Amino acid sequence: MEITELLEIVTVSRHFDDFVALDKVSLHIEAGEFFTLLGPSGCGKTTLLRLIAGFDQPDGGDILLDGKTILAAPPERRPLHTIFQNYALFPHMTVAENIAFPLRMAGIAKKEIQARVAEALDDVRLPDKARQYPDALSGGQKQRIAIARALVNRPRLLLLDEPLSALDAKLREQMQIELINLQKDIGITFIYVTHDQGEALALSHRIAVMDCGKIVQVDVPERLYGVPNSRFVADFIGKCNLLEGRVREQQGDSVIVELDGLGPVHVCRSETKFAAGSRCALTLRPEKIRIAAAIVNSADDESHFTGHVHDLLYLGDVTVYIVTLANGLLLEALLANSASGRTNFFEVGDQVEVAWSCDAGHLVLD
Amino acid sequence: MQGKSWSKYLLSLPPMAYLLIFFAAPTLIMLFASFRYPGEYGGLAPWYLQENGRITLDLTLENWQRLLCTDIYIRLFIKSIGYAVAATLICMVMGYPLALMIARSGRKSRDLLLLLVILPFWSNFLVRIYAWMIIFSPVGALTRMLNGVLDLFGVGPVTLMYSPTAMLVCLVYVHLPFMVLPLYANLEKHDLDLLDAAQDLGAGKWRRFWLITWPLSLSGVIAGSILVFIPVLGMFAIPDLLGGTDGIMIGNVIKQQFMESRDWPFGSVLSMVLTVTAVAVVLLGSRLGQRR
Ligand SMILES: Nc1ncnc2c1ncn2[C@@H]1O[C@H](COP(=O)(O)OP(=O)(O)OP(=O)(O)O)[C@@H](O)[C@H]1O
Ligand SMILES: [Mg+2]
Repeated sequence: MEITELLEIVTVSRHFDDFVALDKVSLHIEAGEFFTLLGPSGCGKTTLLRLIAGFDQPDGGDILLDGKTILAAPPERRPLHTIFQNYALFPHMTVAENIAFPLRMAGIAKKEIQARVAEALDDVRLPDKARQYPDALSGGQKQRIAIARALVNRPRLLLLDEPLSALDAKLREQMQIELINLQKDIGITFIYVTHDQGEALALSHRIAVMDCGKIVQVDVPERLYGVPNSRFVADFIGKCNLLEGRVREQQGDSVIVELDGLGPVHVCRSETKFAAGSRCALTLRPEKIRIAAAIVNSADDESHFTGHVHDLLYLGDVTVYIVTLANGLLLEALLANSASGRTNFFEVGDQVEVAWSCDAGHLVLD
Repeated sequence: MQGKSWSKYLLSLPPMAYLLIFFAAPTLIMLFASFRYPGEYGGLAPWYLQENGRITLDLTLENWQRLLCTDIYIRLFIKSIGYAVAATLICMVMGYPLALMIARSGRKSRDLLLLLVILPFWSNFLVRIYAWMIIFSPVGALTRMLNGVLDLFGVGPVTLMYSPTAMLVCLVYVHLPFMVLPLYANLEKHDLDLLDAAQDLGAGKWRRFWLITWPLSLSGVIAGSILVFIPVLGMFAIPDLLGGTDGIMIGNVIKQQFMESRDWPFGSVLSMVLTVTAVAVVLLGSRLGQRR
């Protein structure tokens, strides 16, 4: 796939009185990408989307589409469409009229409109709903009509602001799969906003994690999960244990860290250079931690500690064990319930040993 | 469940009774009166005659024939409908932007603006018409100023008082709030995301209005129009005071029949026609409102 830059956001800022909603945000979005803005509520995702769509103007910075600024163009003249959270279907128009709307605005001939509306309805697999009014549709159907309407005149870019948040969990999962396939089929660039990290990981080619109006990390899902660049990202994306400590020494990509109250552990494959003595945290995903009554044939590069089961959470397919370590620290570990004939491996109070290999964890600086 | 529907009927009983006694019954009495002879000194003649112990009905179609055998009354009706249509349209053209502006303004100023719209109701209807008489009077400031300006262009003086224009201005003035309030109630509920969506999909300002706001506000437009059209159609006070000889409307003639001419049966005929016209307009309006 040839990579071409479609949208460029250059040090864009937006202030509401004293409040900084966006602070010098810069992003590059490539053509054909499924790009996600992920962040907690109030971090400025909607604000950024409204700036791209043209409903709001930045206080500083520039937004370029195909290398040309679009700040001067009003929303109706930007070649991009938005999917609104409540779908915003026109209640006085039939489904077909709704989908025809952008084509009518573009002055396309009636005959062609009809053909393209029918095609769009086929794309979202609702060909028999053309004559119905939006209030006769279910949530998922409304969602698909909104998407059909936004895609029918092939915009360069589709902006989606938490489009699935109004749907129930099952439907949401189904729509996620549909969105991925749709995006792949039509090849239109998506900018997707969500505060649901699971959704972001499942859907996106790349994710920008935002916090308090700033971009914290932009990366592909696997790297965001595996190599978070900060405590915030590690904590926000997936479950994560954070073990505090201090860097003792580094040799190439191998680091020795003195964990508070636990002693030295070995971390390998570190990408960053750490100054000796700097405070840091070891991020450890629960599924990377081995847990057993007694760890046998431990590898040399494994760190292991003894603890007690403090609590457990039976989730059906897996059980989450919360283990108290020597320093009082609580460590979360995950064990798949794959053995037959029993539910949990351990009970509360059992003594257990936990271990992880040197490449399981990842260091982030304070 | 049964108890619930019973209590619903019970609650609607007083208003139902009220409407039956004070609206349906008088209408029927009027309908009956339109087939009777006028009494010698006004009022109605008895509806039956007693001769040699035999009772015969004494009813007539004459009153209805009188309505149809000249075109005076038909033309008067058409003229009144013309005034009502004109007043309704002017109220709509003036009231719509006003209602839209109020509905889109901030919470605080919205309450104040609404208060200003209903402020005229705080003073008496007749007092307000008299105020217009003063404004329009030949020695009033408005007339003198207008004639002063006209004089500069070599146009002779005009009188504002006792003219259809004066009447229309006053009709619009009195009924404007009846247009603005239902329109506001409708426009205030609009989902502004729809306008954003329309803009996002390529609609400019005018198309956003004509394709989204206007069609979604039609029920408010119809409600406001009915509330203006019907009282204007039957209006007699404003034509009496401001209309002069040309400005007579059907309401004036009805009043005349009951008061000066003392011809109750013919007055009943005219008011029956007025009632039917009004009902027809309401039905038409609700039919239009039901369509998408
Ligand atoms: N018009 C406005 N005036 C003042 N403050 C605003 C305005 N719009 C947004 N904000 C503030 O900017 C911040 C970011 O808002 P934004 O809607 O972009 O958040 P978000 O990331 O979309 O959150 P959510 O996930 O809850 O939708 C919020 O704290 C909000 O209060
Ligand atoms: Mg938002």
